[in-house]
Amino acid sequence: MRRSFGFFAILAVLATVVLGTPSTAADAEGRVPMPDLWRGKGEKCLEPATDMRRYHMNYLKHQRNDTLYKGIRGTKYSLKECIECHAVPVPGKKGERSVEHFCDQCHTYAAVWIDCFQCHASKLHEEGGASK
Amino acid sequence: MTSKKTGMDTDAARRRFLGGAAALTTLSLAPGVTLIASAEAKEAHDATSTKMRWGMLIDARKCDSECTLCVDACRDEMGWGTPADRKPRPKTDAQWIRKVHVTDPKTTHTFSLPVMCQHCESPTCVDVCPTGASFKRVDGVVLVDKHICIGCRYCMMACPYKARSFVHEDISNQKPHAPRGKGTVEACTLCVHRVDRGGIPACVERCATAGRKAMLFGDLNDPESEIAKAVAEFATKQIRADLGLNPGIRYQGI
Repeated sequence: MRRSFGFFAILAVLATVVLGTPSTAADAEGRVPMPDLWRGKGEKCLEPATDMRRYHMNYLKHQRNDTLYKGIRGTKYSLKECIECHAVPVPGKKGERSVEHFCDQCHTYAAVWIDCFQCHASKLHEEGGASK
Repeated sequence: MTSKKTGMDTDAARRRFLGGAAALTTLSLAPGVTLIASAEAKEAHDATSTKMRWGMLIDARKCDSECTLCVDACRDEMGWGTPADRKPRPKTDAQWIRKVHVTDPKTTHTFSLPVMCQHCESPTCVDVCPTGASFKRVDGVVLVDKHICIGCRYCMMACPYKARSFVHEDISNQKPHAPRGKGTVEACTLCVHRVDRGGIPACVERCATAGRKAMLFGDLNDPESEIAKAVAEFATKQIRADLGLNPGIRYQGI
């Protein structure tokens, strides 16, 4: 009897250590680890963060069509405006700031391949910023 | 400009609507705002309109055969030159504007003129494009939507002016206002990024700054504009006018 009490006591302690600790950590951080982001300049983005996270591609696409086909310039969702705030330091490349790295932080994490920057400038331009 | 509510916002809009009635007020106000928009000269935020027809008048008599200022200006502005780290390959390197030298064999009369996309009213490049990437803006500027260009180069074959180029290699350090990429076709954009903000094309500006003033840019549809007055007063020519494409670029002295 005394022996079985000891066995259950050890089992209880083990269960607390093995199961208890991870479940507390998961509650604090969510079920999966999130990327640690460089966020860029300013207090907040154009829209609330939840909207930007979900709809930024749509904002950009509508803006791009308006600019290309209708010649509407200087509106807030332009890719150049993204660069103004979100050109973040690139690890391993001293002094280089690129919006591509900002985007890659999440896109690499989510395994989403974007090819915007094969054509579009991703770095702050020397001559007075990107939105010349 | 009021931000547009489009389909993409459906989820968010529904939540906001359920949250309060404020969304209703916004929706009913939005159309009113566009109704009172001014129909005068285009600001950067305005959409371009069919009222305008951008064009250029180039005076070949003022164009020196040695001068390449317009070509240099375009290269600097749009960044299409041969990269510094490799040799030029004239047959395949992009060229948005070139100087053409013409000699009449019978009289040996020689002249020189810049040739770029002629921004035709009936562009053959747009006719043949299989994806709709080649298009004409309502104000007459012919462009390529590189997002949907598949690089088939049909437009390059169709263009009688040899105005378009294909990008064969990866490109880096593009200008923010001139996205360029491998596998797409490109050409003179009539500097729409400047024109949309009320400016003039880089080539015209450089030519004027240097005191040559061989190029004149403006709205052919506006009777008060300098270019409309000039084309009304002087005899001007379009290159290959026989094709009936009605280019927006006109020449004097050719």
